[in-house]
Amino acid sequence: MSGVAPARGGRGRDDRERAAIRTGGKETMVTLTIDGRVAKVREGATVLDAARAIGVRIPTLCQHEALEPWGGCRLCLVDVTKKEWSGWEKMVVSCMFPAEEGLAVSTASERVVATRKVVLDLLLARCPEAPLVQSLAREYGIERTSYQENPEPTDCVLCGLCTRVCDQIGVSAISTVNRGAGKEVAPPFHEAPPDCIGCLACAEICPTDCIPYETSDLGRTIWGRRFEMVRCPHCGRAHITKEQATFYAGRGGVPESYFLACDACKRKQMAKTFTTLSLAK
Amino acid sequence: MRIESAAAYDEFHRRALDSAAAHRQEVLVCCGTGCLANGSMRVAETFTKELQARGLTAEVGNFTKRTGCHGFCQRGPLVVIQPAGILYTQVKPKDVAEICEKTVAGGTVIPRLLYKNPADNKRVEHYGDVPFYANQTRVAMRNIGKIDPTDIADAIGHDAYAGLVKVMFEMTPERVIGEIERSGLRGRGGAGFVTARKWRACRNAEGEHKFVVCNGDEGDPGAFKDRSIMEGDPHSVLEGIVIGAWAVGAHEGFIYVRDEYPLAVVNLTVAIEQARQHGFLGTNILGTGFDFDLAISRGGGAFVCGESSALMRSIEGKVGEPRQKYVHATDKGLFDRPTVLNNVETWADVGAILLHGAGWFAGMGTEKSKGTKAFSLVGKVKNTGLIELPMGMTLRDIVYGIGGGIIDDRPFKAVQTGGPSGGCVPESLLDLPVDYERLAEAGSMMGSGGMIVMDDRTCMVDVARYFLSFLTEESCGKCVPCREGLKQMLAIYDDLVAGRGKPGDIERIETLAAGMQLGSLCELGKSAPNPVLSTLRYFRSEYEAHIVAQTCPAGMCRDLTAYEIVPELCNGCHLCFKACPADAITGETKKLHTIHQEKCISCGACYDVCPTEGAVRFYPKNRPAENREAV
Repeated sequence: MSGVAPARGGRGRDDRERAAIRTGGKETMVTLTIDGRVAKVREGATVLDAARAIGVRIPTLCQHEALEPWGGCRLCLVDVTKKEWSGWEKMVVSCMFPAEEGLAVSTASERVVATRKVVLDLLLARCPEAPLVQSLAREYGIERTSYQENPEPTDCVLCGLCTRVCDQIGVSAISTVNRGAGKEVAPPFHEAPPDCIGCLACAEICPTDCIPYETSDLGRTIWGRRFEMVRCPHCGRAHITKEQATFYAGRGGVPESYFLACDACKRKQMAKTFTTLSLAK
Repeated sequence: MRIESAAAYDEFHRRALDSAAAHRQEVLVCCGTGCLANGSMRVAETFTKELQARGLTAEVGNFTKRTGCHGFCQRGPLVVIQPAGILYTQVKPKDVAEICEKTVAGGTVIPRLLYKNPADNKRVEHYGDVPFYANQTRVAMRNIGKIDPTDIADAIGHDAYAGLVKVMFEMTPERVIGEIERSGLRGRGGAGFVTARKWRACRNAEGEHKFVVCNGDEGDPGAFKDRSIMEGDPHSVLEGIVIGAWAVGAHEGFIYVRDEYPLAVVNLTVAIEQARQHGFLGTNILGTGFDFDLAISRGGGAFVCGESSALMRSIEGKVGEPRQKYVHATDKGLFDRPTVLNNVETWADVGAILLHGAGWFAGMGTEKSKGTKAFSLVGKVKNTGLIELPMGMTLRDIVYGIGGGIIDDRPFKAVQTGGPSGGCVPESLLDLPVDYERLAEAGSMMGSGGMIVMDDRTCMVDVARYFLSFLTEESCGKCVPCREGLKQMLAIYDDLVAGRGKPGDIERIETLAAGMQLGSLCELGKSAPNPVLSTLRYFRSEYEAHIVAQTCPAGMCRDLTAYEIVPELCNGCHLCFKACPADAITGETKKLHTIHQEKCISCGACYDVCPTEGAVRFYPKNRPAENREAV
């Protein structure tokens, strides 16, 4: 994993919709400069979107296209200024700052790099063994942290992606608990989470792959909870947990039986149906 | 009864004054938190009973009133006999009978209960002549200590809601905002944002549904002025909020109070109910057709919830973590609606400003900081307590005038303002006029009004370490620079005070501080390095002593300091023996005392208690005994 998330818009539909309402359905474009290069993006996009659109790389950890930006990892800091600010520069997180007409962005000014270095140095002290953190730190010339190394090394950078994706799905089985230096991701009371559906979204989205799980045809274990698997009635593959099927059915108003077949068999079934239909014509 | 016109208010006001005038004498017992802790509730109860027993009851015009904080907490429990204005300090229940007999019935003063001015050793009769009170000007705290906070009639007798009545019957919302603008009022929560600008932005923001919020989540160590205002005069806060709501067009509001302030919650709840009954809150306020209601939201005790975006999240029922926002709360605040959020003291100022006029308020203070400011004066100062003074008063006047100087007349070292986000101002800046700009230039900030005075027995490295440990606990942990940065900064300081400092530590501290200031998400992390940077700026040599020589010049870092008794000077008074918590001192009365190093925990109790100058001295622990030189 390179640490660079896909170069697509991360603002979610809400802002695009709002922008569309403001402009009467038409998308307005704004022009800004990033490290001296011109970028043209739709109104409502972020500075990070704009940078990615023209291929300027800004490191991120807590940003993901499927989720609202959060601004916690502070890696995507950039300096922004405008002509009318008479020389004043503001340091902002590019994943949230809106791309505005006439904005001038520096993604690698001296103080941006210095601040990013402090952040990475601190992260490396927290997660000395996480390959992603190590490689990001190395990019900024940090081989070893200048701070006190975590006596209990963890790979969790507390980017909050796992808890946010769990919330977004509508499950909210895990959350961050405690505050400050004692903050961690955990299910309620550190017990097997009763609301978890075993979908593995948290483990899949984790940028440092630090959420352990086991899955096989016989069952799945995550967050200390064991799940039974549903077998596809066509091919017999165990592809989903019972809880997932029930949860999706409850949310979508689609019968639970729809989720029992695996995606591959569903596609096969669909292709068969189309073939039959065209033959009948 | 509901008040529905200006005339009805005037009538109510007049009757409140008449009933107050019917009291020949009022015994005002301070029932603020400090005095309550010293037993003032029993003093008040004894007064009620004693006056009853002596036939000096309300019917013949004597009346006991339980008021909010009088401010002079150092001397509590406080009792003021009005209208004579006699102040009795440190009153015990056993003094009550004598006060009733001699002062209430007899009209004479009891000298031993009067305040003795240490400057000239004279007893002071009238509270207004006590230097602590004489140098203050009270606006936000105008009625605290004068009224019973649970009695709206008493508050109205002292002009509560008069500003609101004037606003609603004589002014337009635009004019109200204009008046607040001319008064120069700025946020009393510490950042000093121009109040009128916030109000106007919210008034002009799109959307029907708007909110006003009162920030009562005062969490700075050593600060208690918002607490005292909410406890002692909740109506001044409510009046300000209703005026603000009317000016910006909000119909719903919240007061966010930390749950550690139970008396504030009780008194606010009572005040809100009474305000509703009298037509100052709820539907059809004062008969004008304007609806506005308020709810109390109790905070769970997280310091970060004093930050506005975290506070709003907390009211919404979510985890109290700040949100990065590049839109103002006046456009998108609570529940994503336009919101005005002001501090308790700011709201308390509003009613008085509109009643007395912007010019009156702007006539006080400095060029850019108008009016008065409340502070909690604490630490090594003789008169600790709650004070309010015009902006621009010098630190010297505050510490030595109102505060009466340093305890035991020790040398002044620094004053810490602005809590964990503020900094330490050294002796060389004692003549600094206190306002937003001057404090910021000195590397500190106004903050929520805590003022901690420090003497020469304070280690500035340890002070910075204390604030770091506070913030490490209180950081929400959302962003990396604040969560990890504070933890690492604290680790460096733990090493410094334990004698494990290394060359290069100061530079590491400075790099980390700069990263936190620029990189953190909210003001908690951005301002967290302030105590560090201000102590580095003014007391760099103390840092160097800790790192290079591994000594603590103030003799406060236990791992670096040892104590000994100088045989030639010890007169055998035995006080150190009694004070030592570790039984490390031996010796008999009138004989030489000795500290046994193997038992000594270097707490310095012997040093602080020793009445003979120089008889107990401290020296760096790491120096060999024969090479000792007292620092």
